[in-house]
Amino acid sequence: MTKILNVSNLEKTFSSGSKKITVLHNISFDIEEGETFSIVGPSGSGKTTLLGLCAGLDQADSGSIDLCGTGMNSLTEDERAILRNKNIGFVFQDFQLLPTLTALENVAVPLELQGAKNASKIGKELLEKVGLGDRFHHYPSQLSGGEQQRVAVARAFSNTPSVLFADEPTGNLDAETGEKIIDLLFNLNKESGTTLVIVTHDLELAQKTQRILRLKGGRILENPIDTL
Amino acid sequence: MKGNKTINSRANFGWLLKMAWRDGKASSHKLILFMASIVLGIAAVVSIQSFGENLKENISLQSKSLMGADFRIDSNNPPNERVLELMDSLGGADAREISFTSMAAFPKTDVTKLVQVRGIEGGFPFYGELETNPETAAGSYQDQGAALVDATVMLQLGIQPGDSIKIGKITIPVAGSLKSVPGSTAIFSSVAPPVLIPYRLISETGLVQTGSRVGYDYYFVAKQGMSMEQLDKNLGPQLDTQDADLDTHTSTSQRLGRRYDNFGKFLNLVAFIALLLGCVGIASAINIYIKGKLRAVAILKCIGATKKQTFLIYLIQIAVMGLLGGIAGTALGLILQQLFPLFLGDLLPVDVQMSFSPQVIIMGLLLGIFMSVLFALYPLMGTLYISPLQALRVQNESKSKSGKAGMLVLLGIFLFILLFSYWLLKDWRYSFSFVAGIIFTFSILAGIAKAFMKLIKKYFPHSWGFPARQSLLNLFRPQNQTLTLVLAIGVGTFLISTLYFTKDVLMGQATLETKSNSPNIILLDIQAEQKDAVVKTITGKDLPVLDDIPIVTMRVQSIAGKSVNELRADTTSNLNPWILNHEFRVTYRDSLITSESLQDGEWISEVQDTEMVPISVSDNFADDAKVKVGDKIIFNVQGVLLNTVIGSIRTVDWSRMQMNFSIVFPKGVLEDAPQFRVLSSNVPDEESSANLQQELVKKYPNVTIIDLRQVLTVIEGLLDKITWLINFMAFFSILTGIIVLLGAVRTSKYQRIKESVLLRTLGAKSDQILKILAFEYLYLGVLGGLSGILLSLISSQMLAWFLFDSPFLPSWIPFLVLFPGIVLLVLIIGLSNSRSVITSPPLEVLRKAI
Repeated sequence: MTKILNVSNLEKTFSSGSKKITVLHNISFDIEEGETFSIVGPSGSGKTTLLGLCAGLDQADSGSIDLCGTGMNSLTEDERAILRNKNIGFVFQDFQLLPTLTALENVAVPLELQGAKNASKIGKELLEKVGLGDRFHHYPSQLSGGEQQRVAVARAFSNTPSVLFADEPTGNLDAETGEKIIDLLFNLNKESGTTLVIVTHDLELAQKTQRILRLKGGRILENPIDTL
Repeated sequence: MKGNKTINSRANFGWLLKMAWRDGKASSHKLILFMASIVLGIAAVVSIQSFGENLKENISLQSKSLMGADFRIDSNNPPNERVLELMDSLGGADAREISFTSMAAFPKTDVTKLVQVRGIEGGFPFYGELETNPETAAGSYQDQGAALVDATVMLQLGIQPGDSIKIGKITIPVAGSLKSVPGSTAIFSSVAPPVLIPYRLISETGLVQTGSRVGYDYYFVAKQGMSMEQLDKNLGPQLDTQDADLDTHTSTSQRLGRRYDNFGKFLNLVAFIALLLGCVGIASAINIYIKGKLRAVAILKCIGATKKQTFLIYLIQIAVMGLLGGIAGTALGLILQQLFPLFLGDLLPVDVQMSFSPQVIIMGLLLGIFMSVLFALYPLMGTLYISPLQALRVQNESKSKSGKAGMLVLLGIFLFILLFSYWLLKDWRYSFSFVAGIIFTFSILAGIAKAFMKLIKKYFPHSWGFPARQSLLNLFRPQNQTLTLVLAIGVGTFLISTLYFTKDVLMGQATLETKSNSPNIILLDIQAEQKDAVVKTITGKDLPVLDDIPIVTMRVQSIAGKSVNELRADTTSNLNPWILNHEFRVTYRDSLITSESLQDGEWISEVQDTEMVPISVSDNFADDAKVKVGDKIIFNVQGVLLNTVIGSIRTVDWSRMQMNFSIVFPKGVLEDAPQFRVLSSNVPDEESSANLQQELVKKYPNVTIIDLRQVLTVIEGLLDKITWLINFMAFFSILTGIIVLLGAVRTSKYQRIKESVLLRTLGAKSDQILKILAFEYLYLGVLGGLSGILLSLISSQMLAWFLFDSPFLPSWIPFLVLFPGIVLLVLIIGLSNSRSVITSPPLEVLRKAI
């Protein structure tokens, strides 16, 4: 299998006043193409920071990340943004839909950024797939939490990403709705062969992925465990 | 593998427009403050600019009818042979006029009135028309030997066509009322309204005597192809040497245009300040707007939008909103300018036909876009530096905005202010001073805000109650709004009270002293032999004679050994030509008067020897004639040459309402020269004034009477109109100031909500929160308002000293009305914006706002 993400000796430090806090220490792992992978750990363990670095949202202080065969360290901020647009999908804990855009416009934005002519058509198909065929022109404020997260999932898959990063995707949802969203994520992952990386502290959800990486205090507790 | 796609974004400009439209459509209500700032600022500038353009255009279009002819030759003396020759060379005058101010009596009502008598012969006016009632009177008054009398005077005094008017020694019928006549300015007409009579009757009035101030005008219709510019160039200097003037219709309209230009420039500055306040409003509104958009920017970056793309989405949005604001502001300005003629009326020399100047419209639209983008740039730069990590709840320290880019934006803003003010003022010195003034005012206010924060920190009143202490803490906590609010409140208050104080200075200059020993009625042109009888008439009515001033007319014959003709021919001479052409009205006395002080030399009160008379000249005469103490001047006193030497130079306060003179002789020299007198008196009321005037006019028709109280009423009327216009423009500044205030309060609202909710969660009662907020806005209102008023007090004092050269007694209104008003306004705006914090349950607020 091809490695889609390779993380090597990653270190990240934040400043808090005059103090420096190292949030990630010497992190190394890799993920295969089409794999489902979860990062777990208690609050403050550095999971979200790690996800952000893997997705190119920030730069590490040292170490390297290769995503889809491209070394992230050598890219500028804008080049990383374009790389995300072509290869990455995101699902956030608090949905992060653009509040001034309708559901359909939200889903179409990543495709529009690529210059796709059929962005609206694909967007409609995806919204129908996630069960929101009757909500195309609703604004996020007119949708329930579950519906908003389904729009977010549809948006995450709209650019047929190589990797989908999900940050606590059920964190803001009730158990039943959360369950449905997870099913949706896994089904779409199977259908499109997208690599799925989930950050969660829900061990039950983590068990559903093929491998789990445990973090504590910014360090890997043990090498990713195969759940199968 | 799905990776390895090429790294470039394919979203084009169309997508950016689409995103700007989508986002803007859903956020339009948040941009109301922004739009209001642009609309008001641009409306203020456009209305003044457009009105000014229209006025200039109308003056130029109506230049011939303003003069009534193509050109005119005028002089204060009957034309000499050379002037007559020159006029002959032009084919002779097509019409002529003799004019002077005199008292006229209306036997029907037994009332007298100071009027400007214009004796006309020929077809004047050749352009424009005499508007009379009845219309036929304009054509018939010449043949009938009748008068056309100013319509307002006829209305005021109840005179009808057919009634008679007495001018000097003649009594003639009134043919009709005169509604308008070319060549009479409305301002002068208010003091001495025009009365037109046939030229041939002038000599019969017996009013043209030695010492009378008479104007001789000759009107010409230009021959085909005659160039006014060429005429001005060729004939002008020749006439100058003969003490006559050439005015062409083009030069007159240019002069008029320039006169209104100065007033327009002042109004433009007031409008520009409203525009600048609008710019502060833009920056403040965009700051709030972009703060609310940062999360969306982070999300867009997360899903692959570049820095440039996210920046451009909002830049396009702002530019389009700027254009829309420009359109609305321009439209509002064009509508508002229609109001100006209604209120300015008489101040304007022509009937202004409003048209839409394309130049002004384009300026309004460009200004909308340019101003919005420029003043939004700094807050917009926040989108460049926001990290996509913020979408992931990671509290990364966001990169601070680039200092270099910030400086560039600031430089751009100052450049814009400088260039725009230059465009308005057409003078670099004034533009630089204006920008320097703005920087100075902003710096002082910022300094006051910072010093205040430091002072509170240092001397914090620990013994105060919780709400008072908490509200003081709010003034210097991190992310406080003290600086923004003090600037917004201070600048607004400064501007409004400066306008108010300036009005005080202007009005103070025109106010007549009401003391019984200061003259309020002046009698001119009294012949020497009439003096005793006139004095008797005045004292017979139990009125005082306050001044008895002898006046002798004379001209300069030579200065420092050089004759007037030599000086005129000398191209290197830089003395002011009026000195050589003017007929001076000179007095003699033995002491200085209250409006004078000795600047140089020695005051000589009386002389015996008339070989070389030591005289005193005013400072402006000395400047213009380029003379100093000890220089010799020969005067021509009605044919007799008189050798004088400058004995002293006086500083004269010409703004005082009293008889001031450029040249004063000592006693003992001019007593026997042909002279006339000026007397002054103080009349207690209008009735005694009318009574005195009637008797004097009956007995001495040549005497001209000026009732200073009437002149003052006219001046006050004019100032009222100007004040209205200034207040109107200031109103824009007030409105924009309120918007800026709203913006600033709303910016700080988010910070306050967080803290208030936390306090409420910890158990603070609503009234405690209310008190904290109220105290905070009270401190800010008091600090900003007081700083603004005090700064304006200083600037007005400086204006009074350096510009108006006049004493300044500030009125209490800004302190008693404006200051509490501003503080109250700040309180109301502040508290009404925070109402939701007080009235809603904490959880609801937390969900909504955080």
